[in-house]
Amino acid sequence: MTLNDFWIILTASLVALCCAIPGCFLVLRKMAMFGDAISHAVLPGLVVAYLISGSRASSVLLFGAALTGLLVTFIIEFIQKKMRVQNDAAIGITYTFLFAVGVILISLFAGQTDLDQECVLYGEIAFVPFDTITLDSGLVLGPRQVWIAGGMLVTLLVILRIGYRGLYLTTFDAGYASTLGVSVALWHYVLMGMVSLATVVSFESVGAIMVIAFLVGPAATAALFAKRLPVMIGIAAFIGVLSSITGYFLAIVLNASVSGSIAVMIGVIFAFALLLKRFIPS
Amino acid sequence: MKNIREFLFLTEPNIILVVLGTLILCGMAALVGCFTFLRKRALVGDAISHSVLPGVCLAFILTGEKNPLYFLIGAIATGLASLVIMEWLGRNNKTRPDTAIALLLSVFFGLGIVLLTSIQHSGNAGQAGLDKFLFGKAASITQDDVLLFALSAVFIVGGILVLLRGFYVLSFDENYAQSIGFPVKKLRFALAFITVWSVAIGIQAVGVVLMAALLITPALAARMWTDSIRHMLLIAVFIGLLSGYTGAFISYTAPAMPTGPWIVVMATLMAVFSMIFAPKRGYLTRWREARKNKRITLEENILKLFYALGEKTGNPNGAIIKEDLNNARSFEPAQLTIGLRILQKKGFVKDFLQTWQLTPEGLVAAQRVVRLHRLWELYLQKYLHLNPDHVHDDAEAMEHVITPEIEMQLDALLGNPLTDPHNTKIPPAI
Repeated sequence: MTLNDFWIILTASLVALCCAIPGCFLVLRKMAMFGDAISHAVLPGLVVAYLISGSRASSVLLFGAALTGLLVTFIIEFIQKKMRVQNDAAIGITYTFLFAVGVILISLFAGQTDLDQECVLYGEIAFVPFDTITLDSGLVLGPRQVWIAGGMLVTLLVILRIGYRGLYLTTFDAGYASTLGVSVALWHYVLMGMVSLATVVSFESVGAIMVIAFLVGPAATAALFAKRLPVMIGIAAFIGVLSSITGYFLAIVLNASVSGSIAVMIGVIFAFALLLKRFIPS
Repeated sequence: MKNIREFLFLTEPNIILVVLGTLILCGMAALVGCFTFLRKRALVGDAISHSVLPGVCLAFILTGEKNPLYFLIGAIATGLASLVIMEWLGRNNKTRPDTAIALLLSVFFGLGIVLLTSIQHSGNAGQAGLDKFLFGKAASITQDDVLLFALSAVFIVGGILVLLRGFYVLSFDENYAQSIGFPVKKLRFALAFITVWSVAIGIQAVGVVLMAALLITPALAARMWTDSIRHMLLIAVFIGLLSGYTGAFISYTAPAMPTGPWIVVMATLMAVFSMIFAPKRGYLTRWREARKNKRITLEENILKLFYALGEKTGNPNGAIIKEDLNNARSFEPAQLTIGLRILQKKGFVKDFLQTWQLTPEGLVAAQRVVRLHRLWELYLQKYLHLNPDHVHDDAEAMEHVITPEIEMQLDALLGNPLTDPHNTKIPPAI
């Protein structure tokens, strides 16, 4: 294994960890499709962020792009409540529109952003090791993506630590939470913000659609076994990393896209877990 | 300018193919999408469209040819496979439907990407263009494609027309369909097959990611305009065709613009327009109606106050100062002033030396509201056995919506009563 392999696996694992945390809550709240919606809808935000910053998006702009993800939850809610459209259609119309706008923006400013249509769909994790951060003193700090994803993981862990009680209560019993004075709406948006952040940081490496596999797959697998939330998050994190490692080697064997292979491994591990559950009653 | 003319008059054979192909795909997807929409399975449609990608790649790997027919067969195979797994997961396991949709969508798409990149990296020269399935290839539709689209359209539209009644019932109430003897399982499979088929060819126009929009958005827009499913199907197809045409137009006349995303943007704009302006279900109509109801409620509440204050003094036409009205019932600021002005314009109240009094017409109107209020209170007490001190709030809401017909029925049912549960007089009907 070369150093490049290591960097790619590390990036994928960090992305998987970032996604596992909000992913568990999404699955428990039956809101998996919001992950789908947000992951598509951050595209126009990202394109604009890239356009403003020149070529490489800064962390400030990444937060800006994450706001698009939050915006999409507002729009969906607005269409659902004010326009009286059923939930699934409200999600569908919103994210397809925003994604279409994103693709149009990319075509319009082709060459001015590092995003191209393929990158949007399946990311460019294989190029991660070549984009390194070099200090003025000449010290090479390693791939930029590793630092961004690592920083985001720390951010998400801090949010989880601070907001654990609120997220936990509103996820399992929203009615009880509100009698305790915990704002259901507030934690809903905190979670959506976490999903947006995880999506934005994953976008460049794994693209808009594979993020959903990272968000939902490990969490869904963990949900088959875990009885308690911390255990579930732990299992999901473990499965995310496991899929990243095995997926990377699958990609080398097949000479195929790394992110796609990881998504396939997430599916394989889920299927394996289902079998395991059938034959070994808990 | 030349481009616009070329497009509008279809002078280039290439444009004819693009327009024809796009129209067939969009119209068909809109038709099928209505059932997806009504069955609240918009996101299942999304999952199917992502799941057809590995099928397309497999077809290429197995046959080594870029034959649209093989692609179609492969796409239908994996699309159906994903649908079957999705239903099975939802039925038999702890995985919830939404999680199952998201998982299958992304894993199947991942598999598609793995196969696609694997083919690309293998250096097979014949693979060029496979990636067009990701974002659609409306601009390079060939004669063979159009032929396949048209043939598919004949089968799909034909199938829908034959099974129309079954699909109607299925879309609204599966259990009911079962109970009156429709073969629900077969119908469900037929609908799934038709949906997967139209998705499998529809992705060639807009690509896998945006295919969901082609299904849902025209249906959503159409639903705003009508309550009849027959009309909904027609309107959806019309909107689908229109967005296909305008999308193709924009991408042809503006250089380097992708067709698929523009079709989606146009369809969404039409949906937004429908959501706002459609009669009955549109936001504007509902907003106007809500405002009207609010105004009527305000007017009637003020009239009622005049009557109640008049009852106290024994003079229903007595002059009343505004403070008394405000003290008797707390209005939102300025609401009382607005309400009085409207009533004055209608000739129900008149303004005399800083005081207000009911006109004869106003008295009649006030009596009617009070009468409805008290009739309803009595009804609640007599038939729902509510305590007299619990009936007021409900009557406050009902008095504004009771029609003269209901009033007559109530009156007859209660035996032309003279007093309400609080032993106050019910004004006679006028």
